[in-house]
This record gives sequence, structure tokens and C-alpha cells, in this order.
Amino acid sequence: MFEDQILHIVPFMILLLPLGGFTVLALFGDWIKRDKEENGAGILACATVLGSFGLSVWSVVRLFGLVAGPTGLRFSQPYLGFEWIEAGGFRVPLSLLLDPLSAVMILVVTGVGALIHVYSLGYMAHDPVRVSYFSYLNLFTFFMLLLVLGGSMPLMFVGWEGVGLCSYLLIGFWFKKDSASAAGMKAFVVNRIGDAGLILGMVLIFHSFGSLDLVEITDNAGSLAKEGLGEFGVVTAACLLLFLGATGKSAQIPLHVWLPDAMEGPTPVSALIHAATMVTAGVYMVARLAPLFHQSETAMATVAVVGAATALMAATIALVQTDIKRVLAYSTVSQLGYMFLACGVGAFGVAVFHLFTHAFFKALLFLGSGSVIHAMSGEQDMTKMGGLRTRIPWTFWTFVIGTLAIAGIYPFAGFFSKDEILLGTLNAGRPVLFGLALFTALLTAFYMWRLLFMTFFGRFRGSHEAEHHLHESPWSMLLPLVLLAVGSATVGFVKVPHLIEAVFRLPVEAEHHVPWLPYLASAVAIAGIVGAYYLYVLFTDLPARVATTFAPLYRLFDAKYYFDKAYYALVDDVVVKGSDLVLWKKVDAGSIDGTVDATGRAVDAVAGVLRFAQTGLVRSYAFLILGGAVALLGYLLWP
Amino acid sequence: MIPINHALLLSALLFAIGALGVFLRRNVITVFMCVELMLNAVNLSFVAFSRSLGTLDAQILVFFVMTVAAAEAAVGLAIILALQRHKDTLDVDAFDVMKW
Repeated sequence: MFEDQILHIVPFMILLLPLGGFTVLALFGDWIKRDKEENGAGILACATVLGSFGLSVWSVVRLFGLVAGPTGLRFSQPYLGFEWIEAGGFRVPLSLLLDPLSAVMILVVTGVGALIHVYSLGYMAHDPVRVSYFSYLNLFTFFMLLLVLGGSMPLMFVGWEGVGLCSYLLIGFWFKKDSASAAGMKAFVVNRIGDAGLILGMVLIFHSFGSLDLVEITDNAGSLAKEGLGEFGVVTAACLLLFLGATGKSAQIPLHVWLPDAMEGPTPVSALIHAATMVTAGVYMVARLAPLFHQSETAMATVAVVGAATALMAATIALVQTDIKRVLAYSTVSQLGYMFLACGVGAFGVAVFHLFTHAFFKALLFLGSGSVIHAMSGEQDMTKMGGLRTRIPWTFWTFVIGTLAIAGIYPFAGFFSKDEILLGTLNAGRPVLFGLALFTALLTAFYMWRLLFMTFFGRFRGSHEAEHHLHESPWSMLLPLVLLAVGSATVGFVKVPHLIEAVFRLPVEAEHHVPWLPYLASAVAIAGIVGAYYLYVLFTDLPARVATTFAPLYRLFDAKYYFDKAYYALVDDVVVKGSDLVLWKKVDAGSIDGTVDATGRAVDAVAGVLRFAQTGLVRSYAFLILGGAVALLGYLLWP
Repeated sequence: MIPINHALLLSALLFAIGALGVFLRRNVITVFMCVELMLNAVNLSFVAFSRSLGTLDAQILVFFVMTVAAAEAAVGLAIILALQRHKDTLDVDAFDVMKW
């Protein structure tokens, strides 16, 4: 009995530890700073997240020790007896859901999150407002855990919005810089568009199921009529609306524009929020509702096509970027595209597997780039770097491991998950998507090694002063790098898809293993690496010539496919000018104000006639009173 | 005993005199006195009905009317005094500023 209660309480503790950290830092942050304890705030934040990580490990161990249910699924729904909303037939209990899928997610969030907290100790050591930085980071961890642990869609939505808020706060952390505060607002506004879709999707789901409980939805989704390709019923509508929410949070076409700008935030934030955890929330949500998406072929096809298109588009943009963090940002968009592609072809477990491995190597790459930027005294332009290999060897070697992992070289993590995504597209019988994904893999290897060669090889291209300042980062930054490098090298061997497949409640289809696929994928990755070596180490004048040869293509990539310009034109010409010329000057000033003024004038005109009754003569009033009295009396006494 | 009709006839007569006075006379004090006359005409009919029906309700009403009339006299005469000081006349038609 006591054991049971522990299993109900511990997941809530996982949530409440970071929230407690946030509360203490938000309320008593100034006091901590006055205490001269330089890193007090950071150490507290790290401790809460490490505590959460410990409890998560314990819960997950306990979870896999549970007796499996009839469907082979082990899960528990921690519930302390409190309701959040109870109104008529609408009931939202304050309950969580711990199953293999959320287990993977909380391990990633708290594990990678804890490492990034530790890294922040070193990276933010000289920032005067690091107390609020750490409080935001703690708050983010709380909301992210709520997102993945919430047992119903409204609870998930609270986490979803909460991480959006923290993302906004942290992107605009250096808000005195105009570009940073603008980037924060852009992220917030773009996400609102997606969130509108998510809310509408939730309403449709409630309409269909009469419940927003995740277990009930996924259990009952199979009973809905399956909607084929081209059909557009309520399931398809709900899934597409939810997917719109996912494109906002996970930076897919057409709402991907905010993520590259989000790199204005501190680098550890880019690693935690805009690479490893928050941006994968969309993938998590789609995977969580896999049985629902499975019922609509139209929605699945949309997810797959959008994912593949985003993967390819972002990879091509990454080819021409020179800002080290922007390359990584576009690579994140591209890898998220891979995850959605996997979802779209029905390989939800593989999508979560790629999410899992990506969290390690992308956090590693971002933290590595942070270490590079730290060494370069804040410089982010790769054209001013070069030859850093011998100057910051720890950063270099961990970065190499991350780059190998994202390129998909055996035995590093990315190889396994990317291979399975390619296999998934083949199994689903979509050769075009397979081709796109394979080509994207080539580009991925190419642009990542381009980044590596430009940064660490060749000779130093920055100023003498910058060269003089080059220094390796402190241990608090190197330790997370080393641990993440170990993770990036090994987590590919964890059979994530196998562990979580029961969550998706889908019929198990026999997988056709394709023996030549791993060799093909490896060959493509190596070709990308060799290409990058050829262009950026051997013949360094070649890239410029390639750029001029394919000038139209280069301009297209460099302008990011004109998305920002198109959106700017849309907002500026249609929304702003439309509001100004039509809504304000025609509708508001013309119709609405006109109606109000006309009402006033009508009253004035009628009163102009009636006022002649108001003579001011006492006797005429007295006469009217008497006349009135007589008339009333006559009426009453009339037989 | 005087029949009720006589009393009512007298009351109607007094009321008509009062009403006509209000309409036809120009002096504010006269108008005021005519209003008092109308009130007392009503009082008279109340008393007559009271006597004929053998109840005291109407007589109580008369006390109320007399109280109100006394208060009205106090306030009304004060207003008339103020009007006189303001315009040096007591012609009702001189006070016609309460219009558009």
C-alpha cells in the first residue's frame, strides 16, 4: 500500500522540484546575490534538476518493473485525488501519465537538462543577471516535464504554453539588444498561430471522444472509422489542426521561421530549449496521439511530406550559413523534419528514437559551439575562426563525436536512428520520400563537416587580439561536453523503438530488413564528409566558385527561400495596411463611428421639435398638469 | 344633517375657483393662495366622505394634506421671497427662463 502511494507521489516530486527551485530563485534571488555566494543560484538550480533526474531514473526503473497490462503496456497514472476542472461532463483531473514514452522523455529532459544547467554555471558565470537566468531555466524544466508527464491534453497544453513562455523569456534574455527582443517576440507570435490550431484540435477531440484524457483517447482512437487518403473527416481535421500546433512548436514549414532567430538567446538555452527538448514537443505530441493520426491517411501523408520537405529545405539553407549557431539551428529544423517524416510513415517509435539520440548529439554540438564562442570572446562568424583544433582540444574532440553522430557514422547514435527512419520510409512504400531523406543525409554530413572544418581546421582568420584571448573553457563546461559525447557515442544501442512500441497501440507489421541500407546510408554520409573535406580543407577557393556557378540556387538558399520576406510582406501589406486603410479608416471611422454619430444626430433632430413644448411658463405647465389629471380621471371613470 | 352632495358641491366649487385662480391670476402669491384653496377643497370632500361613510381613514389623510400644505407654505413663501428679490416683480409670466 505504501509502495503504491510512493509511485503516485514521486512523479509529482519530479515536477515540483524544479518549480520549487524557480520559486525560491524568483522570490529570494536578490538575497542569494547579496550573500556573495557567486554561484548560489546556479548551484540551487542544478541541484533541483539533478534531484529530478534521480527521481526520474527511480520511477523509470520502477515502471519497467511493473506487471505488464493485457496489451503488453506498462503504465501508471499518478493521481493525488485533486481535480483541476470539473464542470458538467467536462472533467480534468490533476493526473499524470507515466508510460515508456513519457519515461524516455523525462529522462532526456532531466538528464540533458541537468548537464546543461551545469554547463550554464561556467557559461553564465560573468552575467550580472544570472539569477533570473537560472530561475527561467528551472521554470522551463518544470513546464517541459509537465508537458511530457501530463495525463490529459489540457495539462499537456499548460506545459506547452509554459515552455513557450520560457522560450520567449530566454530568447529575449539579453533584451537590451534589439535583435534579441525582436526574436523573442517573433517566436512568441509564430507559436501563437500554431497554438490556435492545437486548441481547435483539442476541441474537436473532445467533441469526438467526450474526454481529453490521453489514455482514453488513445484507447478509443481505433474504434473511429479510418479515413483514407484524400478523405477529410473529423479525424483528419483534428489531426491536421494538432499538426499545425506541432509545426509551430517544432519549427516545421510553414512556421519554422522563428527557430533560427531564436539563436539570439544564450547558447545553453539554444542547446536545451531550441535543440534538445522544447522543439521536440511537437514530435512527442504526434507520437503520443499516434493511434489517432493512424486513423487518417491524409494527415499521415501531410506529416510525412511536410517533414521531408522541411528536412531538405533546412539542410540546403544550412549549406550557406556562416554563423556557427545558425548552421546548427537549421540542422535542428532539418532533424526535426526527419522525426516528422518518421511519424508520417507510421514509424512513431523510430521518431522518438531519433528525438532521443538527437537530444544528445545536438545538445553536445550546441554546447560545443558555445565553448567555441566562449573561446572566441563572443564571435559567432565561422569565417573569422579556423585552426581552433589545437587551441581547444577538449571542445574539438567532443565536437568531432557530435558531428560523427549527426552525420550518421557507425557506431555513433545518429547512425542507428537515421537508418531506421530510412528503413521506415522504405517499409511504408514511399521511394520518393526515401530519396529525399537520403539526399538530406548527404547534405547533413556535408554542412556539419563544413562547419567543423571551417571552425577547427586551416589557419586562424580572426584578429590578433582574438587569437591572443583563445582559451579552453572551465571544467563546468567541459564535463557536460564529455558526458554528452559519451552519450552520443553509445545511446544508439538502446533499443528505444522496441521499448516504447506498445504505447502506440498499433498493429505490429512485419519489418522487411534491407541488408544494403546501412551500407548505402554510411556511404552517403562518408561522401558528404569527403565532399566537405575537398571543398573546405583541400581547395578552399572552390566554395566561392561553386557559389557563383550556381548563383540563383545560392541566392535562394541564402535568402532562406524568401519565407521571412514573404511573411513580412504579408504582415506589412495585408495585415498592417489592411487594418489601416480598411479596418480603421473604412470600418471603424466610417461604419461604426458613423452609426454612433447618426444616432446622436437623430436624437438631436427629434429633440429640436419636442423642445417647443418646454415654454418655461408656470401657468401652461399647470394647465397641462390639470388637463392630464382630468384626462386620466375621465379615462378611469368612463363606464 | 347636511347631505353629502351639498358638501361635495361646495368642494367642487372651491376647487374650480382655485384652479381658475391658478390659471388666470398673474401674481405669484395669489396663485399660491389658490393652490392652498384647491388643497382645502379636496380636504373638504375627504371630510364629507368620511362623515358619510362613518370611517376615519379619510380624516387621517386630511392631516397629511395639512402637514404637506404647511411645509409647502414654508418653502413656497421662501421661494416667492427669493423671486421678488431677484426680479423685483411677482408676475408669474416674468419667470419663464426654464425653457430651451
